[in-house]
Amino acid sequence: MDILTLFVLVPILTIIGLLFTKDFKQVRLVSMLGMGIQLIQAGVLVFLYLAERKAGNMAQMLFTQDYMWFESLNIHYAIGVDGISVAMIALTSVVVFAGIFASWEVSYLSKEFFISLILLSSGVFGFFISLDLFTMFLFYEVAVIPMYLLIGLWGSGPKEYSAMKLTLMLMGGSAFLLVGILGIYINSSPAGGALTFNILEIAKITIPIEAQRIFFPLTFVGFGVLGALFPFHTWSPDGHASAPTAVSMLHAGVLMKLGGYGCFRVAMFLMPEAANELGWIFIILTSISVVYGAFGAIVQKDLKYINAYSSVSHCGLVLFAVLMANKTAMDGAVMQMISHGLMTALFFALIGMIYGRTHTRMINEMGGLMKVMPFLGVCYVIGGLASLGLPGLSGFVAEMTIFFGAFQHVDTFHRVVTIIACSSIVITAVYILRVVGILLLGPIKNDHYLELGDAKWFEKVSTVSLILAVAGIGLAPLWLSDMIGDSLNPIIDKITSIL
Amino acid sequence: MDFTYTLLIPLLPLCLFILIGLTGHKMKPAISGLIGTTGMFISAFLSYYTAYQYFFNVGKIDGVYQKIIAFNTTWLNISDKLYIDLGVLLDPISVMMLIVITTVSLMVHIYSNGYMKGEKGFQRFFASLSLFSFSMLGLVMATNIFQMYICWELVGVSSYLLISFYYEKPSAVAAGKKAFIVTRFADLGFLIGILILSFTTGTFDFITLTDPNGPAIAQGGGIAFLGLSTMTWSLIFVFMGGAGKSAMFPLHIWLPDAMEGPTPVSALIHAATMVVAGVYLVARLFPIYAISAPEGLEVVGYVGAFSSLFAAVIACTQFDIKRVLAYSTMSQIGYMMVGLGVSGYGGHEGLGYMASMFHLFTHAMFKALLFLGAGAIIHAVHSNVMNEMGGLRKKLPITHITFLIACITIAGIPGFSAFFSKDEILTAAYHHNKLIFFTQLFVAGLTAFYMFRLYFRVFWNKTPHYHHEPHEASLSMTIPLIFLAIASIFAGYIPFSELVSSDGIPFETEIEWWPVAIPSILVGIFGIGLAAIMYMKETTIPDKMSNGFNFFYKWAFNKFYLDELYLFVTKKIIFNFISRPVAWFDRHIVDGAMNGIAWVTNTTSSGIKGLQSGQLQRYGFVFVTGALLLVLLFVYILG
Repeated sequence: MDILTLFVLVPILTIIGLLFTKDFKQVRLVSMLGMGIQLIQAGVLVFLYLAERKAGNMAQMLFTQDYMWFESLNIHYAIGVDGISVAMIALTSVVVFAGIFASWEVSYLSKEFFISLILLSSGVFGFFISLDLFTMFLFYEVAVIPMYLLIGLWGSGPKEYSAMKLTLMLMGGSAFLLVGILGIYINSSPAGGALTFNILEIAKITIPIEAQRIFFPLTFVGFGVLGALFPFHTWSPDGHASAPTAVSMLHAGVLMKLGGYGCFRVAMFLMPEAANELGWIFIILTSISVVYGAFGAIVQKDLKYINAYSSVSHCGLVLFAVLMANKTAMDGAVMQMISHGLMTALFFALIGMIYGRTHTRMINEMGGLMKVMPFLGVCYVIGGLASLGLPGLSGFVAEMTIFFGAFQHVDTFHRVVTIIACSSIVITAVYILRVVGILLLGPIKNDHYLELGDAKWFEKVSTVSLILAVAGIGLAPLWLSDMIGDSLNPIIDKITSIL
Repeated sequence: MDFTYTLLIPLLPLCLFILIGLTGHKMKPAISGLIGTTGMFISAFLSYYTAYQYFFNVGKIDGVYQKIIAFNTTWLNISDKLYIDLGVLLDPISVMMLIVITTVSLMVHIYSNGYMKGEKGFQRFFASLSLFSFSMLGLVMATNIFQMYICWELVGVSSYLLISFYYEKPSAVAAGKKAFIVTRFADLGFLIGILILSFTTGTFDFITLTDPNGPAIAQGGGIAFLGLSTMTWSLIFVFMGGAGKSAMFPLHIWLPDAMEGPTPVSALIHAATMVVAGVYLVARLFPIYAISAPEGLEVVGYVGAFSSLFAAVIACTQFDIKRVLAYSTMSQIGYMMVGLGVSGYGGHEGLGYMASMFHLFTHAMFKALLFLGAGAIIHAVHSNVMNEMGGLRKKLPITHITFLIACITIAGIPGFSAFFSKDEILTAAYHHNKLIFFTQLFVAGLTAFYMFRLYFRVFWNKTPHYHHEPHEASLSMTIPLIFLAIASIFAGYIPFSELVSSDGIPFETEIEWWPVAIPSILVGIFGIGLAAIMYMKETTIPDKMSNGFNFFYKWAFNKFYLDELYLFVTKKIIFNFISRPVAWFDRHIVDGAMNGIAWVTNTTSSGIKGLQSGQLQRYGFVFVTGALLLVLLFVYILG
């Protein structure tokens, strides 16, 4: 049994285990065990991967496996990982692990809740290990569908509307994506011969430019919807606001990253000529995302909306960097995905915990919470500082790599939009400090808040595991950046070969 | 000589920050104070040892002070040629800054043990102080501009944490937020400057950047934009960052509000160390400024001179003693900027550079003393406002004497340290730019006036009725005062030009009595005399003066309405004219479009869903009608 398939198998086994559980306590115990194993596995995978690279194995993908699945269309179950997928897998397992602890007290239909949550995560893991476009798409759908149930059943506020909106918009994206993938497939063998879905095979040939011009935008927008590309981002505020805590964490932390990951693994890697030709349109859209999301966040009153708009801004930066198509910027893009995944999960976890105590998410109804819940308050401040790019936390490393990478471009257009994107660091500071000031500092507005308790042990596990990851990357970014950077070489070679 | 141990100087406060930060709430307050102070003492000791070794034993080779890389490690690779290092660079100005920071920080640590006693969050206070000391030491020891930027952001956040220390007080929270956002805006300029600078020169490294014969300077200008070279633009942007941190006009608006923080913090961060980071930044990059971007240096000089004058005028009208000191700080930093702005590179040409660093050093001592003295006063009378004070010279004897020494120092009376450093700046200005020289001379008079206005108002004048009888502070607070007073007097006798110079080569300086020193002494004495007439006894002259210059006085008293401008920009423009419309646009137009699509789909489908009703008779009806229509069509029209 190869290690990568285990990442899909363990969640499925956990789900099977969950089916046999009898009560609420068993449910969360099994979930915790399953996802704990997943986290350890991810650690082992990182270790194995680095050891293999150190031993001199320079293949683009490691631990590859290939099984024929559906012969007449040449669909394979083909898996393999490079440094980027390894990093994303590690991110996912940390966020899922923290998510399980953040939903420790979900007692309404808890079995079904955890099953959906873990099913979602298995889809995400499958997506990151896939090398075959078709299986990749399949896992993508596996990850998106449970979201509907999770929001619709366990959500709050106008949950049916939000669940429907989110699912439909993502499905709309999927429709683009499916056409894009099929387009790549039918053009995957211009010289004649068997068509293929395998990314590595397709990367060896050049898809005809006429086809690229059609299918690059389709694929990019398809993934971009998930990555909160302006103007297809509006599912994000409503969806997050209604979603239960763990779902927001997973969704913003991991699921949105499928978009960014897909954009460069599929759209940029397989169709670099069109990316070069049409990239400017998307660069403009993503620069808008970055600044627009940040401005949008300034006036929001609901904590989740603030974070949702902040995610639009930060994920916009991911796509922005991907489009810059040079090694430094793309390295930054991957780090930004990881960094944003961790800190946004932290934010949503904390928002859930605060909401669980005060029963409101409106910042102006709260105030002075630092005094009653210092632990959660300090965690929130750390998350905020990571988000506004404080050195020593992950956000800074990612943003700086992106800015410096993007500024290396020779033409003025790229440099000017980089400076525009840079301005987001000020706007981010404005909305983060506004929230911290209103929510945590100042006098206590409501006397019965004085009786609220601070974090419980499982909440501490959840937040501390995320903070450790954020600080770890922020303090010693070199290994991660190198791991990602090495894996970017084949992609960059392919992109530069056309220039 | 191996200087690797200097790594401990910043790392020790970092470890203390982590220790006190994580376990402080379980410690007794006194213990955390003791640990913090001891750690800082060791750092200070190491710094003094380093300075001794560097300046007198091994720093100089063939009569030139060397730049020594004591430690270096790669933190992050940006691209093949750009990489970010973290390291320790020792050269005359960084070693001098080590002395300044560790001395003042140690004094403030000792002082805080007394001043903050019994405050809630005592441990948090010491943890933040340690974080600040670490970041500031890392900043001055940076081997490259990016490390400096990293530490720059860290001092910013420690400043934020300390300004909002009393976090239940809305004004403190607002002040912290304002300080962070204004400096963050300036840092955007710094970042853009670094982006352009590293793009044109291909390096972050200070030694490569500032080598006068090196590739960065040799490369010169490049493409011009609005008549200035790329290099000049990048350095002007970098200076924007420096102006933000150093509270230069118009980015100074955060500094007076920052006085909401505890007074020891104001002494350490907002007087002696962090606010001079901008001066240090320009000094660090000085060779490029002087050789490749002289226009940039002009900007530094004029901004400094204007800020200096502007702040001195406002300082004359304020009543909150900490705010007077804050504006005084801004004015004195203006002096330092002027020193750099009027300096050339190399030899005696670099007089301004040396003088600026000299003034930075002496200013750190006497301004820290003034703030700590102000803290002792506030501690005794429980008020910041000078109208509620008076006649304190008998009640607070040690504070009185030390405060007087600081006031005499800042007024530039011969024999005290600032006389020497300020005079060097004036001399450099005199030889370079007469306009700036006369401005600074006038500011020297204003400085003497507003400082002695404060002094006479607090220690002489009419004694008001005090609720609690003011009494002298405890030993932990007076010892730092005495130490700093001694430093303020004697720091002037350090032969600075033999230690610090723009090109590392020691040179000789002498006081130019005429036309620089004597006029500056005269305006100083005039300022003191004026203040004595107006404020030593209770008189009506101040009111008459303020009524006489009513219009101008009102403007100055209200800080020329720049705070209102700031509020207008943030509240009105950013909040109401950009963010609200963006949020509205997002909800109603972008999201509206999405909902619109859904609505169209819904309406269409509900419109046509009747077609699939499942009623057989209806299908039959449609079928028969359709068939009939077709038959009619064929028979009558086509047939």
